[in-house]
Amino acid sequence: MTIKQLVKDPLNLIITGVGGQGNVMISLIIGNALVKEGYLVTIGETYGASQRGGPVMSHVRISRETQYSPFIPDGHADIILGMEPVETLRMMRQFGNPAIVTIINPRPIYSIDVTGGQAEYPDLDKLMEAIKELSAKTWIVNATEEAQKMGSPIFANSILIGALIGSGVLPLDEKSVEPILQETFPKEIEANMKAFNKGIELVKQ
Amino acid sequence: MATIDIDAPGTSQLFIGNEAIARGALEAGIGFAASYPGTPSSEIMGSLAPIAKKMGIYAEWSINEKVAMEAAAGASFAGIRALASMKQNGVNVVSDFLANLVIAGIGKGGLVLISCDDPSAISSSNEQDTRPIAKWLDIPLVEPGTFQEAKDMTKWLFDLAEKTGTLCMLRSVTRIAHARGNVKLGELPKKEQKAYFDQIHDLRNVMPTTFMPVPSALRHAFLHLKLDKAQEKFESSPFNYYVGPDKADLLIITCGSCWLYSQDAVKALKLEDKVGILKLGTLWPLPEKFVEKHLNKSRKILFVEEIDPFLERSVMEMVANLPADSPRPTFYGKRSKHINAYGELNPDLVIKAIASITSITYQPRDVEYGKKAEEFSKSSVPERSMTFCAGCPHRATFWAIKNALKLDGRDGIVTGDIGCYSLALGPAGFFQVRTMHCMGAGAGIANGLGKLGQFGFNQPVLAVCGDSTFFHATIPALINGIYNQSNFILVILDNNATAMTGFQPHPGTGMTAMGEPTKVVSMEALCRSLGARVEICDPFDLESTTATLLEMMAEGGGAKVAIMRRECELVRGKKEKPPYKVHVDPDKCIGEACGCDRLCTRVFLCPGLVWDKKVGKSKIDEVICTGCGVCTDICPQGAIIKEAA
Repeated sequence: MTIKQLVKDPLNLIITGVGGQGNVMISLIIGNALVKEGYLVTIGETYGASQRGGPVMSHVRISRETQYSPFIPDGHADIILGMEPVETLRMMRQFGNPAIVTIINPRPIYSIDVTGGQAEYPDLDKLMEAIKELSAKTWIVNATEEAQKMGSPIFANSILIGALIGSGVLPLDEKSVEPILQETFPKEIEANMKAFNKGIELVKQ
Repeated sequence: MATIDIDAPGTSQLFIGNEAIARGALEAGIGFAASYPGTPSSEIMGSLAPIAKKMGIYAEWSINEKVAMEAAAGASFAGIRALASMKQNGVNVVSDFLANLVIAGIGKGGLVLISCDDPSAISSSNEQDTRPIAKWLDIPLVEPGTFQEAKDMTKWLFDLAEKTGTLCMLRSVTRIAHARGNVKLGELPKKEQKAYFDQIHDLRNVMPTTFMPVPSALRHAFLHLKLDKAQEKFESSPFNYYVGPDKADLLIITCGSCWLYSQDAVKALKLEDKVGILKLGTLWPLPEKFVEKHLNKSRKILFVEEIDPFLERSVMEMVANLPADSPRPTFYGKRSKHINAYGELNPDLVIKAIASITSITYQPRDVEYGKKAEEFSKSSVPERSMTFCAGCPHRATFWAIKNALKLDGRDGIVTGDIGCYSLALGPAGFFQVRTMHCMGAGAGIANGLGKLGQFGFNQPVLAVCGDSTFFHATIPALINGIYNQSNFILVILDNNATAMTGFQPHPGTGMTAMGEPTKVVSMEALCRSLGARVEICDPFDLESTTATLLEMMAEGGGAKVAIMRRECELVRGKKEKPPYKVHVDPDKCIGEACGCDRLCTRVFLCPGLVWDKKVGKSKIDEVICTGCGVCTDICPQGAIIKEAA
């Protein structure tokens, strides 16, 4: 099997959001597709204390050469898939750099610190401006909104996977991800494929 | 996605370390596995149990780690390869049995203990390194540095246990156990196993001679011979290797996930030609000849390991025994404070240590970018504190406890235990819990407090524990309280699952690890049989729960039991629709004018209740609300309305 050259080795992807949104599911699907293509993949996840409502991240490290550690060093992320805008900025603060590309679902989720009155959620427009300013390239993908149109916010995950593949930032194409989606959602494959294709469409617009 | 029983030798799969360990045990041909859930170890049994029946093995969630280890030893005595897995605290629970087991020796079937440590105590009450326990108890110890090694080492360890006749231990840490990586699979054995406890021959390890009991001290000497044998095997182990130049400016000695961090750090600093890494997989007994061979690679040695200076001390001990004219390198590590003696490490911390020793400046990213990122984030990244889930019965229980203690007015104390309800140390449970130590300690501590009446002590004492914790370690403390007439109430938060670690079944659930229905051990019948007064409450009925607790506190006398019974919302929510549709009546909620000071959003802190800043009133977030309806009883205006869904 010939393994496609990477634009950078290791290629470092962060998937971030709020506990319960499904970042582990996304990292598993992407990770399995990459391993099938012959890459060495290491994924570090937030576990345990990441109960519903906590900030979560998956570090996905892709290489042709070696098994990297499950932590991306500070300032060394290449791609961030943000399922929530504040969490995206939280990751950029630590792992961002001038070459980073971001794919973001702009739908906010408020924490109990915000609802309890101890913290303020920032102005969404300003927040998105800051993320754009800190990224070499940004794709804004209204995944939750589109998923709700499809019947359930849960489809946001497949939309975001589609956006990640459609953006071309990973050495993966539709064909390598489809079989993994089939395995993951055997019962709801039709709806998830529709969501996946929607995600591709949204970044190609 | 593949499960651990996939019969595809030679293929590469993406496994978490725990799955890799479980796969290694399958490839070794284990017949028996036992465990008690604990992060980060739970997925070892979590991945073995569902496929156990198909693979012809036996797997169980035991009542606690000690019984798990003892049960596994039983299988070993009858010639079956057996594994017990647990988190670091579990090894403490097992330590008395281990101390005796190592002296006696194992049976004909290889016996392996897997200990998953949690550096930084991400999901633990304590941070603890279990490697010193292996040294302390004379147990051969290995630690995988990759996901592949997690599988390969586990398999190999069963051979080692059988060849040496002693228990062997594998230590893993969170970032191997819970991280994912490539694992190339081996063959799955297909031979049938037969268990038989041969009382004459199979006990050759238990007692070195077959005709009479052997004094313990002699058996201890025999154990040391077994360790020598293990050390000899370790000297040529493929799990120990050196990567780097023949002569290095700096030699790193490391193990476990720190091997990955060290590699990342050397690469990030582009020091591959100047810094060598000696990666050890077999840690105790230390493969001294192998280490000595590499010591002359550099005059500077940095130890990179998590929590205790285990390798650091072992190597220093070894160097102290070298001939007087041997070269003495300069050691860096925890003693020199280049590496923290607490908490998790990561590539950045290792970069920092190497940079400091080699006097290099390291810039992780463009400085201007860093300033900008910091500036933008300053006021734009609000905290996300942990809390009980929406609809969690524990929130209701602690609300009732809080109100009962207030009404009682004697400054009552709540001692805590290990589980989701540990969050009650903080705002999620209204700061009600005052102590948190090990499994069962809440009730144990309550035993002492409840006997201080003669010293004028009049504060009511409530000990909270979960249902799984009750079975694990609380029963002896309860019996002690009844026998010695200690004045406390054991409050069992029965949500019918080991919720914190992933909803594993326990003796009260009527289900085994392998998914078979079984007898339900009734906690109320058990407690009543001990002579305790037992009350069963529905925590969602705040008024009656509060009244029951208040009355039990007033009664005094010996230990009593209050069971708070409500299924975990994460389990219920998967089976059923929400019972109620909840909304806030904007005419009744008078916001800041109420005087309640936003009791529902600011104090009750259910994530399903949010404060609508624009209109100055509370509202329900319908995406998050699970419809439990408890909040309808806390609003002084009766503005939160529930309707049958």
